[in-house]
Amino acid sequence: MLGWIDTVLQGILLGGLYSLYATGLSVIFGIMRLVNLAHGDLIVLGAFLILAATSAGVPLAVACVAVVPLMFVVGYALQSVLLNRALGRNILPPLLITFGLSIIVQNGLLETFSADTRRLDVGSLQSASLPLGGGIAIGVMPLICLLSAIAVIVSLNGVFYRTAVGRAFRATSDDVEIAQLMGINNRSIYALTMGIALAVCAVAGFFLGARANFDPSIGPARLLYAFEAVIIGGLGSLWGTLAGGIVVGVAQTVGAHIDPEWQILSGHVAFLIVLVIRPRGLFPRAVD
Amino acid sequence: MAVLETDGLTAFYGDFQALFGITFALDEGETVAIIGANGAGKSTFLKSIAGLLPRPAFAVRLGGRDIGALPAYEIVKLGVALVPEGRRLFSSLSVEENLLVGAYGRHIDGPWDLATVYRLFPVLRERRSAPSTALSGGQQQMVAIGRSLMSNPRILLCDELSLGLAPIVIRDIYAALADIKKRGTSVVLVEQDLVHAMSVADRAYCFQEGRVSLTGRPQELTRDAIHAAYFGL
Repeated sequence: MLGWIDTVLQGILLGGLYSLYATGLSVIFGIMRLVNLAHGDLIVLGAFLILAATSAGVPLAVACVAVVPLMFVVGYALQSVLLNRALGRNILPPLLITFGLSIIVQNGLLETFSADTRRLDVGSLQSASLPLGGGIAIGVMPLICLLSAIAVIVSLNGVFYRTAVGRAFRATSDDVEIAQLMGINNRSIYALTMGIALAVCAVAGFFLGARANFDPSIGPARLLYAFEAVIIGGLGSLWGTLAGGIVVGVAQTVGAHIDPEWQILSGHVAFLIVLVIRPRGLFPRAVD
Repeated sequence: MAVLETDGLTAFYGDFQALFGITFALDEGETVAIIGANGAGKSTFLKSIAGLLPRPAFAVRLGGRDIGALPAYEIVKLGVALVPEGRRLFSSLSVEENLLVGAYGRHIDGPWDLATVYRLFPVLRERRSAPSTALSGGQQQMVAIGRSLMSNPRILLCDELSLGLAPIVIRDIYAALADIKKRGTSVVLVEQDLVHAMSVADRAYCFQEGRVSLTGRPQELTRDAIHAAYFGL
């Protein structure tokens, strides 16, 4: 019994990481109706940027704090220089651009950093854990990761639901044509959206690198987990995305508890089951 | 002196031409009705002015300034607001949030803010926290009008205010329109409902297949002339 409790607890913590992967994707889809196929690779890019900074002698904490705004700027530029040009009634051109971007980022990272697996060194935090009694302990880093995911979602919801700019985001998401009649420049809203999403990618990249090994090729699998978390949670709800991440995380650890070979598979199976039972996800918000 | 003019305004949807050189003028404080059959180009005309459709750069003038090349989000800042056909409220926003979004691009000082909009439509104050989708059609139209007023427009473009509303509700909406006019706002009114349009308009334009087929003051326009201009018979 204790073994199962432990498994579920670890799954919830793992879910924190998956929700961090998924939050940026959820924001982009919620506001622009765009599926960013390069999302996973951009998370890996975030991890490599932090790695590059620390290898150059920058302290890890400083590197993390610096890479978040850097990725915001990258996202803002990416949207305003590239993706905004492909906006239109047809959703295919921006989708194809993100597909191409995924390949470019992967190969760019491969060229720059080689195919070696890397890890971010977080020192003694790496193995620190909190005993909960009864032989169950939770890792400090996974806990920080889950709390960070919650903090990111609380702050984003604060922006979206408590500020004038946040209202403009939601109005643009609802009806982009009418939003422009209200004086909202949808292109700059989109650029801000991509900036925010990539800033979250930087946070996710840090926890990706601190938790496990990474190399330039692992982006697409992160995209898949993120995508499943968004769909399970329901489009347009960030708390739903957190729940979706936790569902995937718990399914994976439970699967692994039964048989280690089932870890990845059981996450996907959980996704399919949710799709069959609740096709619109657990907490749908957006209309389409 | 005309606050809003169009000269040779054309509009296209792809290869389909919807407007064939509309020449139009709106004077300060004036209310002008645009009438005509379905597909005559009335809504297209309002959308072209508001910047939602591409149009010739020199075909639209606001207070003597060419605004044909400006995007919609710049035009509202210059004091032209459009109440769109079918209300089109932001469905995930509450009533009050819809109104507040209307003030997002506000660059003009004027009489309209939350308090004055609520005074104009008291029922909206009671329903301020309701989702906009929970409102009746008439209340939604009030939100749509209030939302456009929040930018303090000098010119209000209204597209089919009476569409799908009960007669008693239409009367309330037009009573509010009279209040709005009193504050000095110029109004362009696109309507299918001839009686209401003519009762508030200082002048009327009739559109037919993308062209102006008739203009004049309501009292000068005979029923037969309007019929002819409507259908081209």
